[in-house]
Amino acid sequence: MSGRSDAIAGRRSEAATGAVKTGAADVAAGDPDTTGRAAVPRDRFWWLIAALVLAVVVLFGVSLLVGPAALGLGESLEALFTGRGDAAVLVMQEIRLPRAILGAMIGATLGLSGAVLQGYLRNPLAEPGLIGVSGSASLGAVLAIYTGLSAQFALALPLMALGGALVAVMAVQAMAGRGGSITLILAGIAVSAFASALTSLALNLSPNPFAALEIVFWMLGSLADRSMVHVQLAAPFMVAGWIMLGSLGRALDALSVGDDTAASMGVNVLRVRNLAVVGTAASVGAATAVAGAIGFVGLVVPHILRPLVGARPSRLLLASALGGAAMLLAADVAVRLVAPDKDLKLGVLTSLVGAPFFLWLIYRTRRNLV
Amino acid sequence: MTCLTLEDLSVSLGRTQVLSGLDLTVGAGELVGLIGPNGAGKSTLIRAMMGLIPARGRCLLGGDPVASLRPGERARRISYVAQEREIGWPVTVERIVALGRDVYRKAGRALSAHDRAMIESAIAHMDIAALRHRPATDLSGGERARVLIARALAQDTPLMLADEPTAGLDPAHQISLMSMLASLAADGRGVVASLHDLGLAARWCTRLVLLDRGRIVADGAPEAVLTPEVLARVYGVKAHLSHHDGGLIVQPLSLIRPASPDSHAAVAGARG
Repeated sequence: MSGRSDAIAGRRSEAATGAVKTGAADVAAGDPDTTGRAAVPRDRFWWLIAALVLAVVVLFGVSLLVGPAALGLGESLEALFTGRGDAAVLVMQEIRLPRAILGAMIGATLGLSGAVLQGYLRNPLAEPGLIGVSGSASLGAVLAIYTGLSAQFALALPLMALGGALVAVMAVQAMAGRGGSITLILAGIAVSAFASALTSLALNLSPNPFAALEIVFWMLGSLADRSMVHVQLAAPFMVAGWIMLGSLGRALDALSVGDDTAASMGVNVLRVRNLAVVGTAASVGAATAVAGAIGFVGLVVPHILRPLVGARPSRLLLASALGGAAMLLAADVAVRLVAPDKDLKLGVLTSLVGAPFFLWLIYRTRRNLV
Repeated sequence: MTCLTLEDLSVSLGRTQVLSGLDLTVGAGELVGLIGPNGAGKSTLIRAMMGLIPARGRCLLGGDPVASLRPGERARRISYVAQEREIGWPVTVERIVALGRDVYRKAGRALSAHDRAMIESAIAHMDIAALRHRPATDLSGGERARVLIARALAQDTPLMLADEPTAGLDPAHQISLMSMLASLAADGRGVVASLHDLGLAARWCTRLVLLDRGRIVADGAPEAVLTPEVLARVYGVKAHLSHHDGGLIVQPLSLIRPASPDSHAAVAGARG
């Protein structure tokens, strides 16, 4: 697998260097000429992407192979692709495959939206939850559990969570108006705070301790026991969100020198904000609807990858999406390996690992954070 | 040939009328210095010329209303150097300058040989070759200013608007910047630069436009605009004026009256 991926990277980097009419020889010789130098990051970027793709593919495979049902490698793959073997087919196609797909999609969503919001706000502390979508989607889900709707109709929970995300994005957009990034942040904080207050109220008034426990457990975030229906429900919103967010690369590059200068270079700053907000709402809303709130991935992944892409916001998007997918798949494998019988929640693990890691990252880069 | 024509341009920010009824033409080959006291409306005028803020009246760019141009088309006709020297991420200096070429480049395309030549020329003009691989966020204020001006140069437009480009530069780089702007104008482009340094304005600009409280109060050759009477009336300063090597020398010396008598009186009145 690694050989094939290397080959892909090789081809891509050849194409890349060919396009700027330079060769690896210039680089090796330490030619100070720009064309030679420019080839270095370009080359390295595609190597990074190839490595991240490889990581996602490997972790996706591992995710399929790890679980409480003791299935052999051959048995698992046969069940997955041929549909032969009763119990194994059920486990692979109905339990592990949707779990792995959701892990990759949600991780990509968090990584991509984190990179876009950090780029748009020019703030390394921005994360997908900032605009209030995660909190409001959680509130929708909590209301579904609280009212008992989710017990009667399984999809009530994700649908109400999506509704919550929709309400949040409309409120944030209405409050932020035509204003700049500060009004957006403030609107997001206000919406998050209100959603959090209502969530607490639902817990406060919960009819019985079991409902309260279910709410709390759901909010911790997990990919366990999700089905293909969840994938089908979330995928359209996520893909639509990815398209909106992915289209912003060059605009985010231009925005790194300020709103007015970006506008002078033909960037419609208001349109960028709308696409960033709506794209985040669609994709992160869908992610929260099917998996609960999963913290720190959208904050940490762009941070880790930024130095590896020369800090360019446009290049961070693809890298961060892949990095997020890899990180969430790895975390979801870890919850199954660390405590197989305890149902350790994914959101707990990502925060548990993410927060200290983030502290270390701040410690290491505080010089540049100012 | 005219680059830019303003007819009866007025701008209000909130309830404050910042610019009232400006008429101005900037021709190709002109380096227009936009001067005036703090709050006179220089930055607002530049932003209105770009179409960044709504304005009444007409703002024509080579015959077309600026507001009617698509943003991408406008970006190929006007470049802009903002007063704020904001650089958000530690990308390399070279990459910041290359942003100026993005207005010509289709998404996903590599830089063409011409793009590279323009970037190299901008880097050479702003004397930042030694900084090219440094993260732009690590630079001093003056170095950042030169990088951001190089970005606008790389945009290679017939008209450049620069908002206080010389602020924070050392004397050598102030002079080299002004001479570079003058050479852009000599190449047949139009350049408008807001300036606080009257000495630089007098020395390098082909024409000065003096703004005071949102109106143009003088427009013409430096010798015609920078007279003792005008400096006294608008800035409230007494200045030494002389000629050297065929150019005007202006050195403000002392205050004739408090910098802003109206506001002082208002504050005193409010306190009393």
